[in-house]
Amino acid sequence: MRALTLPWRADKAGGDRSLQGIVALVALVLLVVVASLVSLSSGPTGVGLPELWAYATGNGDSLAAQDRVVLEAVRLPRTALGLLVGAGLAVSGAMMQGLFRNPLADPGIVGVTSGAALAAVVAIVLGPTVLLPLTLLFGNQFLPLMAFCGALVNTWVLYLIATQDGRTSTTTLILSGIAIGALSAALMGMLIFMADDRQLRDITFWSLGSLGGATYGRVLSILPFVAVVIAIIPFVARGLDALVLGDAAAFHMGIPVQRLKKIVIIAVAAACGSTVAVAGSIGFVGIVVPHLLRLVMGPSHRFLLLGSALGGGALLLIADSVARTVAAPAELPIGVITALFGAPVFLFLLLGKGGIRMRDMP
Amino acid sequence: MISAGNITVTRSGRKLLDDVGIDLHPGCFTVVIGPNGAGKSTLMKVLSGEMAPDEGSVSYFGTAAHLHPPAELARRRAVLPQAVQLSFPFTALEIVRMGAVAQGALQPTEQARKALTRVGLRGFEARPYPSLSGGEQQRVQFARALAQVPAAVVDGIPRALFLDEPTASLDLGHQISVLEIARDFAAAGGIVLAILHDLNLAAEFADHLVVLDQGRVVDEGASMETVNDRTIGSVYGIAGAVGRLPAAHIPFVLPQSRHR
Repeated sequence: MRALTLPWRADKAGGDRSLQGIVALVALVLLVVVASLVSLSSGPTGVGLPELWAYATGNGDSLAAQDRVVLEAVRLPRTALGLLVGAGLAVSGAMMQGLFRNPLADPGIVGVTSGAALAAVVAIVLGPTVLLPLTLLFGNQFLPLMAFCGALVNTWVLYLIATQDGRTSTTTLILSGIAIGALSAALMGMLIFMADDRQLRDITFWSLGSLGGATYGRVLSILPFVAVVIAIIPFVARGLDALVLGDAAAFHMGIPVQRLKKIVIIAVAAACGSTVAVAGSIGFVGIVVPHLLRLVMGPSHRFLLLGSALGGGALLLIADSVARTVAAPAELPIGVITALFGAPVFLFLLLGKGGIRMRDMP
Repeated sequence: MISAGNITVTRSGRKLLDDVGIDLHPGCFTVVIGPNGAGKSTLMKVLSGEMAPDEGSVSYFGTAAHLHPPAELARRRAVLPQAVQLSFPFTALEIVRMGAVAQGALQPTEQARKALTRVGLRGFEARPYPSLSGGEQQRVQFARALAQVPAAVVDGIPRALFLDEPTASLDLGHQISVLEIARDFAAAGGIVLAILHDLNLAAEFADHLVVLDQGRVVDEGASMETVNDRTIGSVYGIAGAVGRLPAAHIPFVLPQSRHR
């Protein structure tokens, strides 16, 4: 296969890509380290790698107080948030593709992100009035929880419509995703009509997506969601592999199919919803990262899911660094960068490059 | 022994299976034949524990099938489904390995290589499954089933192999070799159930032949007793075709003639 052009090719190892997967995971860890350094050292102020090194080795006294504030209050939370958001987006994409047995499934494309964004807007507009008791009850977690519920409802509805008798039709999946996304957008339009000026600004932020305004509070509100999703990876990886052969074959191989699907749907909604809550809708990470990784390490979820978490974090940090520097001191919305990169990859996928052919899909 | 009693399955008001009983014995190669829509695949789904019947029950060695968790059923029986298509480029080895993992193998990769060799696909390990021909894909799936039940008997308990049209997209040579592997599995004390459309192969390989028509078992027994003009005529609507040579101007190929 053209896609496998690495020195440790599958055909040399007799079809076993385990080593390939492990090597790729190690490389991804290094990539995350590099991307974090890039993210911590880039920006309009003069804090670069030397200052970062001085700070990390304990010679922080030599730094100007202003630089310390930039690092501690701005860049560290922003880098941590970027890693978590990128990991959440990419893992939810990879899990969704496994659930639907379809490399084109992506929370952004099939309307799950819109559901989360709609719920976030509901929380912003109705939170201070109609939903005040809930706002007071959940505090800072109210927005992430609402986004999670919005993503969950849309994933579930999508699954019920697009998968019948254990088979998912690509056409039904994409078309019903578009309809669900359109419905969410329409409801969002009604809420925007009701919103006041301050709420409008918040909503604009959600629709574009950004890591700007990252705080430790936001890092803490997304952390439990992403941590839980990453923690369940070892328990769903084998099941998702078996599910690629179909519901029946997965059951024959001892997978409790219905339970697996419920867990994966909830995980997708948790990862997608929480990222939308803290960073708005950032598209295409969920489709680009798993796809590129399949070319490198093969499609087995044993390595793909963890690899997506690492690769998604790294990709988002790099995209964010670009967003901060190309138009400095102004900042491009990060969703623009990921779409500029991701949409062509998506089209490339539809062309049938990279070992995936539309006609092989159910 | 795997047995099903009084199985009835109704879908959209139509009885797919109507009061069917069947016993699968260790060491016996059972073959189900019947026209399209007779309920063969439905029967296999019920026997493998995949579908719960509306009436009746299935038992694995005295315990109801639905009481076994899926992982435990997976160690007792493997199923070869009809054509499986993938939208992700797993290699042949990775597909077969899944069967070995389901069995709980300590060295699943090695077991997968052995199973591929057994079905004559040595050297195909690294080939992406979507790039294989229909017949090769079917044999990879067969290897996956074999990797899931590598031994016919474990700790005195027979394992079972369920094959849904295992010969469907294979050439004659591979049809015979797949059925020979299944027959060896039965001869070693395992349970084999296969759905076949080719009556010649069914007649040759079946220790026990079950004829299904419109959801009912219309005849069963040794193939000498079941493949006769009366049964074949009434079930398939083709009379006078059993044991007669065709007209002199039509050549014919009978797989069982190779034994003469």
